[in-house]
Formats: sequence, structure tokens, C-alpha cells
Amino acid sequence: MTAYILRRVLYAIPILIGVNLITFLLFFVVNSPDDMARMHLGQKRVTTEAIQAWKAEHGYDRPLLYNEEAPGLGRVTDTIFFQKSVKLFAFQFGASDDGRDIGYDISQRMWPSLAIAVPVLLVGLAFNISYALFIVFFRATYVDIGSVVLLVAMLSISGLFYIIGGQFILSKVFHLVPISGYDQGLDAWKFLILPVIVGVIGGIGSGTRWYRTLFLEEIAKDYVRTARAKGLSERFVLFRHVLRNALIPILTGVVVVLPLLFMGSLITESFFGIPGLGSYTIDAINNQDFAIVRSMVFLGAVLYILGLILTDISYTVVDPRVRLQ
Amino acid sequence: MVWWLLGLLALALTGCGEGTWNHPYPSADATSNTYYSSFSERPKHLDPARSYSANEYAFLAQIYEPPLQYHFLLRPYQLVPLAAAEVPRPAYFDASGAPLPDDVSPQAIDRSDYVIRIQPGIRFQPHPAFARDEAGDYRYHALGPADLDGINQLSDFDQVGTRELTAEDYVYQIRRLAAPWLHSPISGVMRRHIRGFGELADALSDLQSADELARIQALRAASLQGVEVLDRYSFKITVEGKYPQFSYWLAMPFFAPLPWEADVFYAQPGMTERNIVLDWYPVGTGPHMLSENNPNLRMILERNPNFHGERYPTRGMPQDAESGILADAGKPIPFIDRAIYSLEKENIPRWNKFLQGYYDSSGISSDAFDQAVQIDAQGEAILTDDMREKGIELLTAVQPSIFYMGFNMLDPVVGGDSQRARLLRRAISIAMDYEEFISIFANGRGLVAQGPIPPGIFGHREGEAGINPFVYEWRNGRPVRRSLDEARTLMEQAGYPGGMDRETGRALSINYEAVATGPDDRARLNWIRKQFAKLGIELVIRSTDYNRFQEKIRNGTGQVFMWGWNADYPDPENFLFLLYGPNGKVEHQGENASNYANPEFDRLFDAMKFMEDGPQRQAILDRMVEIARTDAPWLWGFFPKAFSLHHQWLHNAHPNEMANNTLKYRRLDPGRRAELRKEWNVPILWPIWALGGLILLLVIPALWMVRRRERSTAL
Repeated sequence: MTAYILRRVLYAIPILIGVNLITFLLFFVVNSPDDMARMHLGQKRVTTEAIQAWKAEHGYDRPLLYNEEAPGLGRVTDTIFFQKSVKLFAFQFGASDDGRDIGYDISQRMWPSLAIAVPVLLVGLAFNISYALFIVFFRATYVDIGSVVLLVAMLSISGLFYIIGGQFILSKVFHLVPISGYDQGLDAWKFLILPVIVGVIGGIGSGTRWYRTLFLEEIAKDYVRTARAKGLSERFVLFRHVLRNALIPILTGVVVVLPLLFMGSLITESFFGIPGLGSYTIDAINNQDFAIVRSMVFLGAVLYILGLILTDISYTVVDPRVRLQ
Repeated sequence: MVWWLLGLLALALTGCGEGTWNHPYPSADATSNTYYSSFSERPKHLDPARSYSANEYAFLAQIYEPPLQYHFLLRPYQLVPLAAAEVPRPAYFDASGAPLPDDVSPQAIDRSDYVIRIQPGIRFQPHPAFARDEAGDYRYHALGPADLDGINQLSDFDQVGTRELTAEDYVYQIRRLAAPWLHSPISGVMRRHIRGFGELADALSDLQSADELARIQALRAASLQGVEVLDRYSFKITVEGKYPQFSYWLAMPFFAPLPWEADVFYAQPGMTERNIVLDWYPVGTGPHMLSENNPNLRMILERNPNFHGERYPTRGMPQDAESGILADAGKPIPFIDRAIYSLEKENIPRWNKFLQGYYDSSGISSDAFDQAVQIDAQGEAILTDDMREKGIELLTAVQPSIFYMGFNMLDPVVGGDSQRARLLRRAISIAMDYEEFISIFANGRGLVAQGPIPPGIFGHREGEAGINPFVYEWRNGRPVRRSLDEARTLMEQAGYPGGMDRETGRALSINYEAVATGPDDRARLNWIRKQFAKLGIELVIRSTDYNRFQEKIRNGTGQVFMWGWNADYPDPENFLFLLYGPNGKVEHQGENASNYANPEFDRLFDAMKFMEDGPQRQAILDRMVEIARTDAPWLWGFFPKAFSLHHQWLHNAHPNEMANNTLKYRRLDPGRRAELRKEWNVPILWPIWALGGLILLLVIPALWMVRRRERSTAL
């Protein structure tokens, strides 16, 4: 397995270089270093000299990808792309374009993101699996049909609707929870109730439908028929056999997103005033802060690759027949 | 899962004070003298040398004290002392250094000296940069890596200190404006005006790559010819020639004092890595100080215990006595102990929290406008019944800003000073119905502009004398937009009958440069297209992002565009310079985005900018506005109106569009606020029990069905 993991890690390097290059190209197609300087220096009374000075100070006065004037290897290394990218591979995110340490900000802002994402994932997982098993228990009945209609309706509704609807009903009309905000430490809990409820409800439609499909596929297999023939109760069959055998696809969906929980949610964090990494990224895009954008995209790519590797490893845990080679 | 959620809600019940569950603040603060507000965007800079945005000034102006400020109540806007003992009057000198009288011709003036005396006894806020050890040395000025272990924010330093404000602190800050590494946005302007500023900036540019402490030492040792410390409490600024607007700059945070100790403290190795920088933790002498800066969550201003004291103004406008705004006259300020600004990016939660009483004041977004404001029979904006019932107060004020539609005067079709192009621009000016624009797209929050100078700024004229005769006529005591027929006639005279170019036989097509980012923009752009279509002009919308838009304007490749300007100071020069030829965007990289150049206008501008307000200046301004109206480089657009709402427990929230340091005048009634919050936010519990009942109704039959199915026999 070690060799397999090592190989996957090595595969990750060209992927990360590619991700970095694409991010770089996309960013600089839209924003030139001059635009970035203007954004940071403000809109009024900005002089050409100030723009040049800002670019020089932040290392944006080099050519983007290829430096014709530099000798030898410098043609590649003395460029914005190389200078800004190479340290990322050592996880040195450096300073944002306005001078703040990105690594520190990430370490501070990942916790609020996790504070929402983890409960939403766990509660959502528990509810969706339970509900899916319930539907499967009553498959091909009105319970099944009615549930599917409900789930399709729920997954057709925009996530924004759940957020605004949740804020309106629970906070504005019933005055049960704060409409938005956040606090440090344990004081954060009362601000998490609404986003967690909204997150869980918003995920029921797609989540339950997905698990229902998995369970229905399993339930048609021979081992289930055998279990029933042995006289096992349907409940026992579902929870002990079907659920266990459906774990691989469930794990595929869950483990892969685990590392990405750090990255937060753009819309949820924005509407609920949660100072997580989702809002950090969106602010950086709006402020044309390339240093943060590239760091967050890089981090997202690393975490995604990590998630895929973890998924592969978890296969071996839940299914001894799987061997990583 | 549902029970889990209900459990969480029940937990909320036990944890919420004040009898309210949706309270976003600690219950212990319910009756504290704390002002609650919000911000939507993180301030980029809190270093007074760098900051130049309204959202940054909302904080900086409460913390730093430049020499002057704007009077809170008097209009037109008036400069009064803040840290200074009095408003300085410039002394004029000729090239030989001989003093000149005040009424001398501006051309004879070689330099103007501003001697600024500051009040003695002003002290800086408590800050670790001033802390000293037993030997009298600075406690935190020689920190090593080990000293910074466990230090992540300013409050992690145990000891703080203070010292008296001196003239040297102001002089040091002016030198900082010249430091190239600080990128002060007004460095270019000051280079033209403060004697020796450019030389200092050039000399300091050699230090671009030096380490931070070396730069600061150099800055402390540097001499700036035009800025001189006279004694402990006074300093002199020498301005090239005559520049009366310089006094206004002295009311901006750029000229606030900065103690060198703070610069040295923040420049130490390891501080930047910990994000402990001046741009994040300001050090001022003002009524409040920034005690928590977490702009991803909230920013907190607290009363500065070292504040030197100030009193609420005793003078106001005649109507102010009746309105009650002078009720606190002569009382010591600030009234508020603490101000908490929470990050609120979205309008919906911000608005609802205001309605719940958790913010003391609010602006009005377009979404909430109809809920808050209605227009009465006289066309005045009044509050809706719901707002009145809550005791909310509406305050409106015309902002010293302008949103205009500009023609690129370098363009061969819409630009230039040919009569043909001029008539075309005038025709479009008539066709573009800005009254409708304001009504549809600004909820009526604007005043149609008749020229470039907004109300409240010297030079603005009201009534018939103030209308733009090329677009309006005065009928029944009010301006009425000229008819479309007149516009079409102008088009015909310009050689575009029915929108067809007589020379080419083709329909006239004009490109409109637009920054369009959302679906709302489409309606606006369609509306603009229809205005041009009234004259048969085909308007081609060239939507792009703001970067490309600015690039087009800089390169002069656009034809028509919409832009705006927010005044730095309340002087007509700060608006008319937007039309000054030597300020053209393409040729001179200035702020004249239309690249308008009229020799007579420029000549009058050169004369007007040196003059004191008075009849002679008014006459010149009238002529300049007349020239601009004749040439019509802009559709004058509109002056936006600020609408703000305040709860009944907040007093002295008087709008002042030039002053940013108005927090100190505000007064709260926290007891009343706590009462009303409780009344407005009684938790409604029946939905929880109803939901619980519903769940039981669903679960019990489901369980029964499960059992029944399991016990049933196969067929």
C-alpha cells in the first residue's frame, strides 16, 4: 500500500502544477498586474509611478511566464508564475497582496468553516441514510412514491432559497435563532443552529435520493435474498447486510469530501456572516488578490487529491477484498 | 435528526438572555452603552497614509485626529479645529521671501505658509509601542523571536503606555506620505503642493529595498523643506504658490499624527508575519480606539481613556434648535463607550437585524426600499406605517457626489468641439430622461444635476438661475425637461435627421462602455438603449468588467460611459477639476475621464482655484458652468441622496456628508433599546411543539407500519 500511496503522491505533482498553471492563466486573463495594483492602491489619484512601485514591491513587475531578457534558466524562473508558484509546493503561502500572512489567516478561518461543515455532514449523513433505508423498506409503496416526489422537489429548490427561507421563518418570524453572525469559541453554537439546519435540509433531497438508489441496488442482490430465506427480519437485513455492503459507494461520496470541508461554503458563509474560508476565497477574488486565490485553489486541489487517496485507502478498510497495488 | 435539531433549539432557549433567543450579542451587553452597526467590506488599510476609502474612514476618523475637522451642524460645510488650537490662515510670501497681503494676486505668491498650533495635553491611546521598563527604555522596541512567542495580536502584549502628542508626530506623518513604500494615494498631489515633497520622495526611493527599521530611521532623520517643527506644539507647512484648498486636506486622516514609536514597534522582525502591523492596528489620539480588529467577524471601537475631551457643538443652523439636535450642546463627548461593527455581507440579514433592533442604524437597500419608504403626494420620501410604528427616523441628505454620463471628447463622432458634435451631445442630453432613471434605478434617491457642482458646495445655484438651459426650461416655478421634438431638431441640425447620418446615409451607432456584472444591469442597460433609440441612435452596449472598462477610459477608446466622483472636500475646484484640460485621462492620466479641454474653461479654472469664496469667484464659476453646459461633455446625471434609518434610542444621528468622525456625537438610550428589543423579539414557540407533534404523527404510524410489515406473512 505504501508504494501505491507514494505513486499517487507523485502523480499529484503534475496535477498540482497543471492546476496552478490554469489558475494563473485564468486569473491573469481577467486581471493584469496593473489592474491588481489599481485595485490595491485605490481608484482615486493613482499615478503611473505608484503602480510601477507597487508592482515592483509585490513582484508583479516580471514577465508572466517567460522572461526573454533573463539569461539561462532565469527565462523560466524569473517570471511571475515561477516566483509565485514554487513556494506553494512547500506549503509556504506567503503574504497576501495587502501584506497579511495567508497561512495564519487560513489557520484561523478554517475552524468556522469546519464548525458548519462537520455537523452538516454528520447530521445529514445520519438522516439521509436513515430516511433512505426507511424508503427502501417501503419500496414500491405510496411511502416510496411520495418520498421520491418530495425529494425531487427538495433537490430542485435552490440552496439560496433554503437560506433565505430559513432566515425568514426561524429568525424573522419566529425569533428562535440569530439571523446571522458568529462568535469565538463555544459562544459560536447559537449562530451555527440555523446554518446547520439549513445545510441539512438543503442536502436531504439529493442525499437521500442517492442513498436510496444505492440501497435499492444492493437489496436486489442474491445475498439479500439468501438472508431473507434464512428468516432474518427485514430490519436486520437492511441494517446489517444492505447497509454494510453499500458502504463502499457511501464512503466514496463521504471520504472524498472530508478534506474539502475545510474550504467552506461560499454562499452559506456569506449569508450567515461566518468568517470561514469560503468567504475568504470570494473576498480574494473580488479584491483581485492573486496571492490568496492561488493559495486557496492550490489548497483545494491538494485536499481533493488527499480525499481521493483517503477514499482508496478506506476501500481496503471496509472491503478486505480490495487491495491497493 | 429532527429531535437533535429540536434539542439544539432547546439549548438555545437556555443560553439566550434578555428573554430573546435571536439575540446576536452576549446577554450581558444588553443594557451597555454600546452602539451596534455593520460593515460589508473589510477595510483594506487603516494606515492613515494609505487609507482613502469611505469604509476605512468610518473607523479611522474616530481614531485619528488631523488638525482640523468639519463642523458637525453648520452648513455650508465649515472647517473648525480638531487637534489644532485654531484654523490656520495662510501667510503669503513672494519669491524674495517678503510677506504679501491676503488680497494679492495669486500669481505674485511664491509660497503660502500654514502655521499649525496644536492643543497641548493631548495624549495617545494606550499602546504597547509606548510602554517603558523600569529603566525608562521602550519595553517592546527590541523584541527578539523568543519575545514574540505566544504573541498573535496586539492585546497579547502585557504592558501599554502613552505619551503626549507633539508637532513632531504631524511632521513625521507628512514625511511618511512621501515614502514610496507606503504608496500613499496623495503622494502625487502633495508633490505638486508641499515644498520639497518631491525631493524627499526621490531621496527615499533609494530605500525601497532597505529593511523596515532602516527605512523608519531614515524617515525620522529626513528633512522635508516645506514642513518644519517650530516648537513642541506647532509646525509649519509651506505650500507652493497659493492653494486655498490645502486647508481641507488638513481635515483628512492623511494629515493625522503618527508617533514614530508605533512605526518602530510594528517594523520589528516577526511582527508582519503575525499580522501585527500599523495597517491593522491604528494608534491615535481620538475619542475611540480600535480594541478588536477582526474584520472577518467584527471590529470594536472603545472609548479612549486618554482622550483629551471635546464638547458637543453649541452652534447649528436655525432649524437645528427646533429639531432637538442641539439638546446636548456643550456636553462632553463622546457619549458612546463602545461601538461594535459586525461583518454583514448580505443585505437581507443586515436589514432584518436592523428591524429586530440589533443594529441601531441602517442604510436602505433597493430590496427593502418599498418596505421602509414611500413617496407622498408632494413627492417627498416618508416612512411607511410599519417603520413609523417602530419609532424609526428617516434622515436624508444630498451627497457631495455626482454620477454622470461622459462623452469621450477625443472621439471623432461624439467628441470634439465641432458644432455638429456639440448639438449631438445636447440632443442626447435632452433624450436621456434622468428623472426616470432616478425613479427606476435609484428609488428616487437622487437629484437631477443641472451642472457639475452639487448642492451644498459653493458655486451651486438653485432655482431658475441654476438650470441647464440646453436641457431644461423653467415653467410654473420648476425645471421642465425640453421636449423630444427639440432634441430631434438638434439631431437634424447636427446632420443626423432621424438618427441617420446624412454624410454616410447610415444609422448613427454609438458604443456605450458599461460595467455589467449582474442581472440588474440588464434592465438598466436596456433602459439606456431606449433613451438613445428615441433619437434613432443605435446604442451598442459594450459590457465588460471594471478593469477593462478603466483601461478603455485610460486609453480613450470608449465613446460614452457612466462614472461618478465623490468629493474629497467641499470646494467647487474638487468637481470642476474633472473637466480641466491638463487633467485629461488619456494625455495626463488625470481624473478628467471625458478628456474635455476648453481653453477658456481651463483659464478660468486656473483663476478660480486660487480664490476665496465670494461674488467674484461665484461669477467665474457661473461662467465655467455655462461653458461646460454649452459644450456638454457630460450628461450631468444626478447627485445621489443618502437615506438612512435610525432607531428611536439613537440620538444626534445628524447627516454630515463631509465629516466622518461623527460617532463621537451620537448618544444612545440603552435601556429603551433593551425594552424594545425584548418586545420585538419574543420567541414564538408553538412551531417547535407543532413540529414535534407532526414528527410524532409521522413516526408512530411509520413504526406501526414497520412492525406490521415484519409480522405479516408471505403470500
